Amino acid sequence: MNRDELTQPAVLAIVDRDKERTAVMGQYGGRYEEASGRRGLGAECGPVAMRGLVAMVSGCVALAGCVTVNAPAKPIVIELNINIKQEVVYRLSGEAAKTIDENKGIF
Amino acid sequence: MRTVISRRPALIALAMLAIGALPASGQAQGRDPAYAAAREAGQVGEKPDGYLGTIGAVPPQVKKLVEDLNIKRKAVYAEKAQAQHVTIEDFAFTTGCHQISRTEPGEKYQGPDGAWHVRTAGPALRDARCP
Repeated sequence: MNRDELTQPAVLAIVDRDKERTAVMGQYGGRYEEASGRRGLGAECGPVAMRGLVAMVSGCVALAGCVTVNAPAKPIVIELNINIKQEVVYRLSGEAAKTIDENKGIF
Repeated sequence: MRTVISRRPALIALAMLAIGALPASGQAQGRDPAYAAAREAGQVGEKPDGYLGTIGAVPPQVKKLVEDLNIKRKAVYAEKAQAQHVTIEDFAFTTGCHQISRTEPGEKYQGPDGAWHVRTAGPALRDARCP
């Protein structure tokens, strides 16, 4: 396995903290370490296909500045525009009445 | 010969002037007379989005008047909406709700169906989201 076989850079994966990794993986090749047989949580490697899973750490050596990727625990809430308007209208009611009284010429 | 002006008739005359100057209805306000006339004639009406609209064929000066007023309204809405941290559209909509409620019987307004209605003595037809 050499650098040329990596067609695309891989996405950042979970750092395997149990095993002390000292190897640093640059985004476009360089040294890498093979995690033989063990799959990290949420690890993504893109279209790169190789034996076992390669966990790559980018930009982190022995420092504590490691980035972890987790799925959100809570579901994503989407508020529809129509609901927001109803709440807002009730809240603005007093201010709107005051605005009309203050600007009598145009209303 | 010295003319003596009695104080009482002068006071009465002054009072009559003052009463005459009072607005005939609650909504007479400080409106431009041309605007007030167009509104009364049914050429100009309130829309639910908070702006004025023209109804049918109107003379160009009325169109221009309505444009000017709408621009001024938008400026006020923008300022107030920013203070309240809401969109201009939301604030304009809320003001539109109030404006339609305050229309005098005989004035025209646009209902949620998009058609122009004449205000009666009863409640106006408003959007369901109005407070």
